[in-house]
Amino acid sequence: MFQDILISGLVNSGVYALLALGFSLIFGVARIVNIAHTAFYMLAAFALYGLLVVGGMPLLLAIPLAVVAVVALSLVCYKLVIEPVRQHESAVLIATIALALIFQESLLVSFGGSFLGIPNAVEGVTSIIGVRVSYQRLIVLAVVAVTLVATWYLLNRTRLGLAIRAAANDQEIANLMGINVSRVAMYTVGISVALAAIAGVVVAPVFVVDPLMWLAPLVTMLAIVVLGGLGSLKGSVIGAFIIGYVEAITVFAVPSGSYLKGAVALSIMIVVLLLRPEGLFGVVFEEER
Amino acid sequence: MKGLLAWPQWLWAQLRHEVLVLPSRSFIFFAALLLLVLPFFYDDPYVLRIITMTAIFAIFAASWDLLAGFTGQVNFGHALFFGVGAYTSALLSYHLGWVPLLTVPLGAALAMVTGVLVGIPCLRLRGSYLSLATLAFPLILTGVLFAFPDFSGGELGVSGLKRIMVGSVGNYYVAVVLMLLLCFGMWKIGDSNTGLIFHAIREDEVACRASGINTTRYKLLAFALSGLFAGLAGALFAHFMRVAGPSSLEVALSFQVVIWGIFGGIATIYGPVVAVFVLYPLTEILASFDIFKEIRLLIFAVIVLLVLLFMPQGLTPWIRDKIELVCPRCKNRNVFSRHQCRLCGAELR
Repeated sequence: MFQDILISGLVNSGVYALLALGFSLIFGVARIVNIAHTAFYMLAAFALYGLLVVGGMPLLLAIPLAVVAVVALSLVCYKLVIEPVRQHESAVLIATIALALIFQESLLVSFGGSFLGIPNAVEGVTSIIGVRVSYQRLIVLAVVAVTLVATWYLLNRTRLGLAIRAAANDQEIANLMGINVSRVAMYTVGISVALAAIAGVVVAPVFVVDPLMWLAPLVTMLAIVVLGGLGSLKGSVIGAFIIGYVEAITVFAVPSGSYLKGAVALSIMIVVLLLRPEGLFGVVFEEER
Repeated sequence: MKGLLAWPQWLWAQLRHEVLVLPSRSFIFFAALLLLVLPFFYDDPYVLRIITMTAIFAIFAASWDLLAGFTGQVNFGHALFFGVGAYTSALLSYHLGWVPLLTVPLGAALAMVTGVLVGIPCLRLRGSYLSLATLAFPLILTGVLFAFPDFSGGELGVSGLKRIMVGSVGNYYVAVVLMLLLCFGMWKIGDSNTGLIFHAIREDEVACRASGINTTRYKLLAFALSGLFAGLAGALFAHFMRVAGPSSLEVALSFQVVIWGIFGGIATIYGPVVAVFVLYPLTEILASFDIFKEIRLLIFAVIVLLVLLFMPQGLTPWIRDKIELVCPRCKNRNVFSRHQCRLCGAELR
């Protein structure tokens, strides 16, 4: 059981980390609470299903195509729907909820409500410290690790990353230093959705694909982001591992744990918030008192 | 005798000088009258049923506005109060066999207590933190309910509850009269001194505290009041549908009330009510056509999105600014056709 917890916690935490990181980025730079974030994760899974199973494309072509298509769609949505109402915080909020609903319903109409399966990229299982792990789960782990490192490199070692971090720190000062903040916000939306899309594409063969699959990770992701501290990238990744392992432990070690896994994870988030209202690694924004 | 005669006169004076001078208020007045007399000349059970549901959700949406719109505590888990009200009254009536007249107020009361209990941890949270943290509460309750299926009915919920009234007209009147009374009450709260303090807390809590206002007490009061009204709506819903299930705690319902509130225009009370009366029957009417049945939620979301692009402040503030003018001197509202303020005589525009 201990090994089960270790492996399944690691896979789930990795996926959560990708989602939470993207959400944090977009919140930090553009102050958008993007409810549709996991809807893009779902769209990527469906795009992969469409290209691979319906379209019959080879896997190595279908994966990048799905990610690029979802990122392009997100940029169009941002330009058409979010940007015009940026000044009205509440309007942005329901615009993202409405977008998520539109995606969900369009997928429901075009694919139906049934669970869809995507074949594994590589079949077969291997055994690590006595647990049978499918190769697909190992691929998920590898992709998550590579993506996290790439994101870290992008944010900390490139000029674009510097601009993103500057805009997240203080939009007005970043603007005064000659950074085109609205373009940086565009790039951030793209990067953030790309992270969600990568997560969606790699987990699609492991989990089932259906038009309501965005709701469960949405709540977990929000809990992680709040736990780690809104806008804090380090907090999002560490929070993802905390929540991922708490869920795994509840599922394997507590009776009727699969019902309670959400409740336990969310209760931990609330306890942490009571002790540290700004989350584990959050900073208190003075101007947003 | 003289007092009895003075009453209708006072009422007529109120009506003429407070309600009929403003198009928005006269519209709401006549809409309320229409709702009250509708069953006398049109008693199609299907239509009455839709309006009953609309009225219940209108109470729910207005209670969200009291907390999120006025006090600025944008609650993403408002379904918690609705669900607590629904489950409490359903479980009391199922396990103990009590009548709705007892269980509905008890459900509302427990939702009010829940409001205070949720409000206490939320005192420390602000802005987006509060919104995202509150999203968790109904899901925690759902998990706990699912873990004890013998008591709560599990995924199927508690069904076969007693009706409040026999027949659709009786239920219609219970829901509509309660909706009118409670929403008017909430509007009065928003208009009172307390409402002013709620506004102040939303605008700047630190300044509010510096002015000697105990913001903690007022925030808890907002949570309690909001929980009370939302719980009442939930309890009515449970007895009307004769079932209380986990769907009353869903994320979708929490989001739905956020959409109603912002679509109608926050911090107005009548805004969310109007939004429910526009959006809820719309989805039901769409569902009655076969071609739209599958895509009714899609149409709903597209309409909300398009309306927001043109009216980012919400539906009712946009319409109100078109038909009414604010006097530049005394800040009272006037019908758009006037050239002089009705109260202070200042030149408008």
